[in-house]
Amino acid sequence: MSLSPEDVDHIALLARLHLSHEEKERYRRQLSDILKHVDKLQELDTTNVQPMSSVAVPQSRLRPDEPGPGMPRADLLRNAPDTAEDQFRVPPVLDGGP
Amino acid sequence: MSDLHSLTVAQILEGLQTGAFSSRELTQAYLARIQAHNPRLNAYLYVDVDGALTAAQAADERRSQAGDPARLPPLLGLPIAVKDVLAVAGMPATCGSRILEGFVPSYNATAVQRLLDAGVVILGKTNTDEFAMGSSTENSAYDITRNPWDEQRVPGGSSGGSAAAVAAGLAPVALGTDTGGSVRQPAAFCGLSGLKTSYGRVSRYGLIAYGSSLDTIGVLARSAQDAALVLNIMAGYDPRDATTLEQAAPDIHLNGNATLKGLRIGVPGEYFIDGLQAEVEQAVRAAIAQLETLGAEVRPVSLPHTEYALPVYYIIAPAEASANLARFDGVRYGLRAEQDNLIEMFKHSRGQGFGPEVKRRIMIGTYALSAGYYDAYYGQAQKVRTLIRDDFARAFEQVDLIAAPATPSSAFPIGAHAEDPIQMYLEDVFTLPANLAGVPGLCIPAGFDSQGLPLGLQLLGPHFSEERLLAAAHAYQQVSDHHTRRPVLA
Repeated sequence: MSLSPEDVDHIALLARLHLSHEEKERYRRQLSDILKHVDKLQELDTTNVQPMSSVAVPQSRLRPDEPGPGMPRADLLRNAPDTAEDQFRVPPVLDGGP
Repeated sequence: MSDLHSLTVAQILEGLQTGAFSSRELTQAYLARIQAHNPRLNAYLYVDVDGALTAAQAADERRSQAGDPARLPPLLGLPIAVKDVLAVAGMPATCGSRILEGFVPSYNATAVQRLLDAGVVILGKTNTDEFAMGSSTENSAYDITRNPWDEQRVPGGSSGGSAAAVAAGLAPVALGTDTGGSVRQPAAFCGLSGLKTSYGRVSRYGLIAYGSSLDTIGVLARSAQDAALVLNIMAGYDPRDATTLEQAAPDIHLNGNATLKGLRIGVPGEYFIDGLQAEVEQAVRAAIAQLETLGAEVRPVSLPHTEYALPVYYIIAPAEASANLARFDGVRYGLRAEQDNLIEMFKHSRGQGFGPEVKRRIMIGTYALSAGYYDAYYGQAQKVRTLIRDDFARAFEQVDLIAAPATPSSAFPIGAHAEDPIQMYLEDVFTLPANLAGVPGLCIPAGFDSQGLPLGLQLLGPHFSEERLLAAAHAYQQVSDHHTRRPVLA
């Protein structure tokens, strides 16, 4: 499997990653190599195999859903790059917003 | 006492109890060594000098005022180091990444909280490959960590800072994390006992997630016994991590009994591959022979899908990482690149904040989960993961433990795999399967190569068999001295 420059642009957009031209070309090459390596998995017939989404731990269970105090708002806001009125502030979602 | 920095946890606890030294003296000795050697080794990213001394002093006061020493917290006054992917309230948590520069969590990871409740003194936070993605600690945004046995070589990774700290005598014991080998491989490279716990044994609350179906918290220690002392405290059910189990809290007491009579140990042929360093194979086979003289019954065993573990891992771990790392978006914490609109702010914050390996894995994972490719890559990887888990289940019907190499070679030179990610991924070929299956593993020193570099033996066991693993390693360490050797620092 060899990726095209358009494939890389598409993946980078899905991943919300801004990449330089050099990075795009490097990742196009390296990802193609890695995908060739993982193509080895296609050798195996897995028709009757169940997928494993996690380590099967049948005893694991949910805790009781009881209300309790959350983390203090001030503690959480302290790490934010920008805040206003006790909330996280972000740039406009659309260009030309307020 | 001039050699406080080379004591084991067991010796430290005894010395504190008998009054041979105080926690303050011990902590000062470690801080002095950190000051002398950390500028070169870069094992620690953050050292909490004042906090550690205050905590040590408090531990000493508590001990002196206690009526009954048996009622004191079990690890009172013991200094430890914590890998910088775990939250310690009030200390920076960078995960070795620019994107978390300046982030200071306001809470403790459960494993950390339990150790604090048991009385430990936290010396600081140790270096790691960015978001624990790597096998050399070269992927940290905050400079490489050097191997104390040879400073031109890597300490392994991703828990390379923790491993270098314990090997160099900058901490008696340290927490690490193991998603694909990140405790066991640095333990092998630095001559330590490194425990990767069973999935579900130790709560990951407060561990900044990389691959959630694979991530485990472990210990880098100078002996199997030390690892057991720490595991006893931090393991167990936690309502904040639904994967932990009630029976996860162990009470492991290793006695001095160096017999393994009746223990069945399997040796998987699939782990003795072309390209395995001859000295690694010799050391591993010699260690297995020694386990046999202790009474173990050694027989061959097969894990036929071993060669598929690497491609399975490099789909599943990046897929999970691409989802977990979506949270780093410049909104709630860490780096923000100012842009005119939200999407561009996300893209530029992430583009600037993440390093090359993290971007590479996010890209692989995003691709493997994207429309049209999901079944071929992620779906198939999940099915082959089942085959790998079943390999272990079948093997553990025949044997109690598996013994194998931990790494293909001893520590490699800094920069050796700089331009070739697949060569770097191959470093984890012997450690990945345990994470995919969720079983515990323990790497212990098994000798040294002709260059004086440590070599590791890996023991693997069924789910929740940590006591058996540690007991076997402890028996071996009663009759061998590889684990007692320390590097001579420059």
